[in-house]
Amino acid sequence: MKLTLHVWRQKNAQDKGRLVRYEVPNVNEHMSFLEMLDVLNESLIEKGEDPIAFDHDCREGICGMCGMMVNGKAHGGHKGTTICQLHMRHFKDGDELYLEPWRAKAFPIVKDLAVNRGALDRIIAAGGFISVPTGSAPDGNAIPVQKQESDLAMDAAACIGCGACVAACPNAAAALFTGAKISHLGHLPQGQPERDRRSMAMVEQMRIEDFANCTNIGECVAACPKEIQLEVIVRMNRDYIKGALTNRPTSLKGDSA
Amino acid sequence: MELKSNVPTGPIEQAWDKHRFDLKLINPANKRKYNIIVVGSGLAGGAAAASLGELGYNVQCFCYQDSPRRAHSIAAQGGINAAKNYHNDGDSIYRLFYDTVKGGDFRAREYNVYRLAQVSVNIIDQCVAQGVPFAREYGGNLDNRSFGGAQVSRTFYARGQTGQQLLLGAYQALERQVGLGTVKMYSRRDMLDLIVINGQARGIVTRNLLDGKIEVHLADAVILATGGYGNVFYLSTNAKGCNATAIWRAYKRGALFANPCFTQIHPTCIPVAGEYQSKLTLMSESLRNDGRIWVPKNAGDKRVPNSIPENERDYYLERRYPSFGNLVPRDIASRAAKAECDAGRGVGPSGLGVYLDFADAIKRLGKHKIEERYGNLFEMYERITGENPYEVPMRIYPASHYTMGGLWVDYNLMSTIPGMFVGGEANFSDHGANRLGASALMQGLADGYFILPYTIGNYLATAKPGPVSADAPEVREALANVTNITNRLLGTKGTRSVDSFHRELGKIVWEYCGMGRNATGLQKALGLIPALREEYWKNVRVLGSNEEFNQSLEKAGRVADFFELAELMCLDALNRNESCGGHFREEYQTPEGEAMRDDDKYTYVAAWEYKGPGQSPALNKEPLEFKYVHPSQRSYK
Ligand SMILES: Cc1cc2nc3c(=O)[nH]c(=O)nc-3n(C[C@H](O)[C@H](O)[C@H](O)COP(=O)(O)OP(=O)(O)OC[C@H]3O[C@@H](n4cnc5c(N)ncnc54)[C@H](O)[C@@H]3O)c2cc1C
Ligand code: SF4
Ligand code: FES
Repeated sequence: MKLTLHVWRQKNAQDKGRLVRYEVPNVNEHMSFLEMLDVLNESLIEKGEDPIAFDHDCREGICGMCGMMVNGKAHGGHKGTTICQLHMRHFKDGDELYLEPWRAKAFPIVKDLAVNRGALDRIIAAGGFISVPTGSAPDGNAIPVQKQESDLAMDAAACIGCGACVAACPNAAAALFTGAKISHLGHLPQGQPERDRRSMAMVEQMRIEDFANCTNIGECVAACPKEIQLEVIVRMNRDYIKGALTNRPTSLKGDSA
Repeated sequence: MELKSNVPTGPIEQAWDKHRFDLKLINPANKRKYNIIVVGSGLAGGAAAASLGELGYNVQCFCYQDSPRRAHSIAAQGGINAAKNYHNDGDSIYRLFYDTVKGGDFRAREYNVYRLAQVSVNIIDQCVAQGVPFAREYGGNLDNRSFGGAQVSRTFYARGQTGQQLLLGAYQALERQVGLGTVKMYSRRDMLDLIVINGQARGIVTRNLLDGKIEVHLADAVILATGGYGNVFYLSTNAKGCNATAIWRAYKRGALFANPCFTQIHPTCIPVAGEYQSKLTLMSESLRNDGRIWVPKNAGDKRVPNSIPENERDYYLERRYPSFGNLVPRDIASRAAKAECDAGRGVGPSGLGVYLDFADAIKRLGKHKIEERYGNLFEMYERITGENPYEVPMRIYPASHYTMGGLWVDYNLMSTIPGMFVGGEANFSDHGANRLGASALMQGLADGYFILPYTIGNYLATAKPGPVSADAPEVREALANVTNITNRLLGTKGTRSVDSFHRELGKIVWEYCGMGRNATGLQKALGLIPALREEYWKNVRVLGSNEEFNQSLEKAGRVADFFELAELMCLDALNRNESCGGHFREEYQTPEGEAMRDDDKYTYVAAWEYKGPGQSPALNKEPLEFKYVHPSQRSYK
């Protein structure tokens, strides 16, 4: 099939950026979306034109590196699918597609379709962990976990940190991402001691990073390739309120070793 | 060069404890005076950086992705082994050790493997404590499953996302240290050279992928944990960015490269669909627990699978290996699939595929149970192929997956360059000629959490690396080397893209140094590769400049190194006149078509030493001793 692409081209963070039109003939239905872009890039290189920059690595839907808006939909808008796992059989001959990067104040553009998502790492560094030293853990079965709780923890832990939720959100909130981590650890006995402080620290970091507040619109859930559920945000808010009401202001991080 | 493996003597059961006791310690207050560079943030690098930061060292950690959480360890699906014997099915540290030595076809170091089996137990505890959501049974205890090459159930897993969850555990521990300031994380950095001063590893040169700045980072010790080099085949199960650059450039600075030809071909990948294809996708080996592998009995039978009656199917693994059946180790399963396809019984459009069928398991356990066990893998398969594996059998074919070769290290995981340590898939150490399933994750975390933190302390305490200056001539030389390579790639201004070269190189390596090798083919490859490399340096087209985000330039440097590595792989394969594990030399097989080792001549680690541009590398041998598990013909019948 033959497609027409309008791709956001922006040399670097300072450049203004604009949409550029490309024709892609010979698209095969078995190609992934990124393979279709590879083929376009090869032809651009042959012509001596700068290939389109986009982030990707595993191409298996698990590393969270890829991501772009296709016709206004994060990851192309197919349920539970990252853009690297989206195959061209979902498109038709003659389709016209608009490819744009994630847009959020907290995600500065690097080049073309690649953005900087370092803010998500800093949210984790603020408290998205269990403080446990290496090598002194008790036997694994000494901490039994109810299967149901462990399954719920896993559901939330499946977040790949891609940032689609932020890009899809009209407010550019990172609540689904942060809520997912808080839920993952909050469903486990190991996560209890730091639970309230964890949510306070992470929510505070979201503010520092310029992510806006969640107003429960739910676009994030529709965009999330790992189908993380809105309940994680509810959980985050509950832990946060509980923490805010009952905690003394202490640092979660503790003393440095 | 004399290879000192520093393997302890004495009873193997006590060797690591005793060795650990003998290692020198550093006073906690002094630790922060030492700088340690960790290149890589996967299971090995992430765990090492987090543990060293926690101990109080000043750590700088590097990765080429935008976040440490994206290291390729994240893609591992199946599971991680540990000798917990929770199921009382006869497992023990000794049995895990035994299976691993045997599985590696007696080309691994016994003492290393024993240590790996020993610390495997702590790994699970550590990860549970971090909140890794391992699968549980209804009573709340950890669940297990079994994997190829083992008859006990010792594989721990987190749905089909075990690597992801283990990596997130390490990443969270790492980010905790970043928050505390003990670790500084440098993302989107490519390590392009190693700095060696007075014979010691003292730093690295990196390119900031965002703006092209070439940077120098100095330290008292360097750890490379940069993963495997399977992308030399172009099509592999590895992520697109996986590369050999860091270890290759360290090799050129004096680190020996061990067993480069030992690559693992994984039997259960989705077959190649077309020329445009950019990678291959693995279907977890755990599928072989319930899936049955078969091909039609008659060559050229093109009927749809469900209309081929039972008596016209050949469940060839169950037939040939009755005691392990579909769970034979990967090298054996891969070769068996190739043999069926070579004989014309392959399925799918290309004829390069065999069926992995769940119909029986669905009948026995119900669709729900299968969905619970493998749901996300089935979805992944359907997304890629457009076929529903609950209804038609999956099609699978072997693909390059893991590299057992890597930089040579001693028992302390130190390379032949003092102060440079290598962990995880980047070193050669524990898997011999074949890696059993679920043991790479175990090795990465063992190295990172439980081995490197001890052995590095000992190095720093004994070698006492003094201060170095950023003006040292060695630093300037390394900088100039990196700038030269970059300028050369940008200056060539040829006509062919980097990818087109990489694809062509990959085909050569797969054809002649892939699942089967023979002397004639390897000699042929040793002619083709240098010729293509020469063309590369004359005709590659890399657009743009260094001072920008330039993904073609990133790739160009990596492919340049793959060309050189590919040649070394073929040389190594040609030197080893025997078959073992992932190295199948067609000339050396038993009448039944199984790999035939030559223990008298090849019970050694082949460690190659760089001798300068245009020179043949020198072969050094580390003899291997088997005091506990006596080499025998591997049989899974
Ligand atoms: C699809 C797949 C499934 C697998 N499933 C399993 C399984 O079920 N069980 C199992 O035990 N094993 C499995 N494996 C193998 C296992 O995942 C890997 O061997 C292991 O995770 C490697 O870990 P590592 O820490 O050595 O390297 P990686 O996780 O690959 O990390 C490499 C790190 O080095 C960095 N890096 C690389 N080059 C450079 C450079 N030049 N400069 C700067 N940084 C660099 C990267 O950014 C990254 O952070 C699987 C592998 C694959 C590909
Ligand atoms: S919550 Fe979903 S969309 Fe958001 S980062 Fe995680 S996986 Fe991506
Ligand atoms: S490239 Fe890894 S999730 Fe898409």
